[in-house]
Amino acid sequence: MTEIIRARNLVKRYDGFTAVDGIDFSVRKGQCFGFLGPNGAGKTTTVRMISCVSPVTEGELAVDGMDVWREPRRIKSILGVVPQEDNLDPDLSVRQNLAVYARYFDMPRELADQRIDESLVLFQLVDKQNEPIAALSTGLKRRLTIARGLINQPKILVLDEPTTGLDPQARHMVWQKLRYLKEQGVTMLLCTHYMEEAAHLCDRLVIMHQGRILVEGSPAELVEEYVGREVAEVQAGGGQRERILTEVASRPGLTAEEVEDIIYIHARVPDGRAQMADLILDSDRVVYRPANLEDVFLRLTGRGLVE
Amino acid sequence: MTIALRRLGIRLPDVSYRAYRVWQRNRDVYLRLWKAEVIWPLAEPLITLLALGVGLGGLVSRSELPGDQRYIEFIAPGILAVFPMWTAAAECGWGSFFRMENQRTYHAIIATPVSIEDVITGEILWGATRGLISSVYILAVTAAFGLLGSPLALLVPVAAYVSSFMFASVSLSYTSIARSISSLNYFFALFVTPQFWLGGVFFPLERLPEELQVASWFVPATHVVDIYRGLVEGHLNLGHLGDLAWIVVVGAIFYYLALVFMRRRLIH
Repeated sequence: MTEIIRARNLVKRYDGFTAVDGIDFSVRKGQCFGFLGPNGAGKTTTVRMISCVSPVTEGELAVDGMDVWREPRRIKSILGVVPQEDNLDPDLSVRQNLAVYARYFDMPRELADQRIDESLVLFQLVDKQNEPIAALSTGLKRRLTIARGLINQPKILVLDEPTTGLDPQARHMVWQKLRYLKEQGVTMLLCTHYMEEAAHLCDRLVIMHQGRILVEGSPAELVEEYVGREVAEVQAGGGQRERILTEVASRPGLTAEEVEDIIYIHARVPDGRAQMADLILDSDRVVYRPANLEDVFLRLTGRGLVE
Repeated sequence: MTIALRRLGIRLPDVSYRAYRVWQRNRDVYLRLWKAEVIWPLAEPLITLLALGVGLGGLVSRSELPGDQRYIEFIAPGILAVFPMWTAAAECGWGSFFRMENQRTYHAIIATPVSIEDVITGEILWGATRGLISSVYILAVTAAFGLLGSPLALLVPVAAYVSSFMFASVSLSYTSIARSISSLNYFFALFVTPQFWLGGVFFPLERLPEELQVASWFVPATHVVDIYRGLVEGHLNLGHLGDLAWIVVVGAIFYYLALVFMRRRLIH
C-alpha cells in the first residue's frame, strides 16, 4: 500500500465554529506532504486529528490503514510528533528527555540507549547530553525535539512549524536534517507558513484557508499554474498605481495582485519580463525575481479571499 | 457499539499499564531533584511535633484527653495523617498544574501511545507514592519519639497509600478545572488547610459544637485520622472498616471525575 494517510470529507467543529470544513487528501508513503495556510486556516487542527489528540467530528481519517477513532494507540506508536510549542521536559537532562520518551513507547532499555547514542550524534547534541533543557539555545531545543520525535523510528513524522523562531543557520541545519530523513524514506507531514521551507522540502502540498483546501500540487506545478515564471514587485502609489493596474488589465499575459502597498505583477508569457519593464519604467522601486510559492499563497489567500 | 457510543458522545476511560510510564517519569524527576523536594516533608512534621507536641503539650493536662494520653501521643496519629495529605494534594495540585500548563508535559506525553487517562492515573499514583514516602518518614520520627503503641502501626503505610490516592484524586480533579495556578489557592485555603486544623488532629472533635461534629463526617481527613488512631493505639473495630470504605469510595469518585475532566480539557 503506498497511500499512508487518507482523509475523506474530514470535518472538525468546535462549538459553532468550523475549523476544518470537509477536506479530502491522501499522502503517499515516503512523501513530504505540506499543509500551508495563514494562521487559523485549519492546518494544526488537521494534524492534531491525524495525531489522534483531537477527535474527528465527521468524515473518515485513516493512518496506515487504521481508523483514528478505533486505534489511537497503534497509530500514535508509528508517529513521531514535533509540536510547534516547546514541550521538552525541563525537569530532565537532554539524554533523559530521550530516554523517558522512549519508555512511553515501551522501548527496551538497551535498544533505547543505542538509538539515543545514534541520534545524539546525528543531531550534534553529544556534548550537551547531560545538560538541563534550560541550558539549550532555541535551535538546539528544536533539534532535540526532532530527535525526540524520531526516537521510535516513526513511519510518519509530523512537523508543526518546525523552524519558527530559529535564526537562519539553525533553520538551514534543521532543513538539512529533514532532507536526510526524507532520503531515508520517512514520510513527513509539514505544517508551515514559510513558503521557502515548503518549497525546499515538500513533494506535494495543499494550501488551506478558512478550513478548506484551495489547491493541491507540487510546489513547481502550483507556481507555474497560478503565477507563471516571473514576478515584478512594484511599490507605487496614487496615479502611477492606477496607471499600472489599468495597463496590466489590458495585457492578457499579465496579472496583478495588490497586497498592502505593493503590486505583484505575474507574467505567464515568454516575453513577460519585457512587457513588465515596459509599463513600470518610471518606477525606481521595482524588483524582478522568479515566481515562487509565496506568490501563489498571496494570490490565493491574499486580499481577494480575506474580504 | 463504539459508533453508537460515539454518537452519544460517550467514551469509556482508556486506562492501561502505561500509567506506570508516567509514574516512572515522575520518579525519575524526583530522584534528580530530591534535594529540593525533600526538605518540606522532612522539616514540617518534626517542627510540629516539637512545637505542639512537646511545647504546647506541656500545658495540656492528661485528664482532658481521651484514654489518659500525653498530648504528643494524642496528636501523633493526626500528624501521620495530615502531612502526607498535604504532600499528595500539593503534588497533584500545584505540581500537576505546572506540568500541564507551564511545561506542557501532558501534551508531550499524549503524542505517544500513552493515553490521557494513563497520564492522569500515573499522576495520581505518583501523588499517592509521595504521600507514602512522607508517611514512612513520619512513622520513623514518631517511632523515635516512642509514640507508637502497637505493632499495628506497621500497617500505616498501606493506609497512607490508599488515603493519599484519595487526596491526590480530589486535588487533581480540582486541578483539571482550574483556570490558573492562582485559583488553586482556593482549593488549598478552603479544602486542605481546614482539614489540617479541624480534622480531629490537634483536639478531640467532641470539643466542637454538635453541628460541626456532624459535618466532620464529610471531611476526608477525619476518617483517615480515625484509622490511624486505631492502628497506632492498637484498637481496630468495625467503624474503621467504615472509614476505609468511605475513603475508597470518595477516592474512586474523584479519580473518575479527574479522568473525565482532564480528557475534556486536553483532548478537543
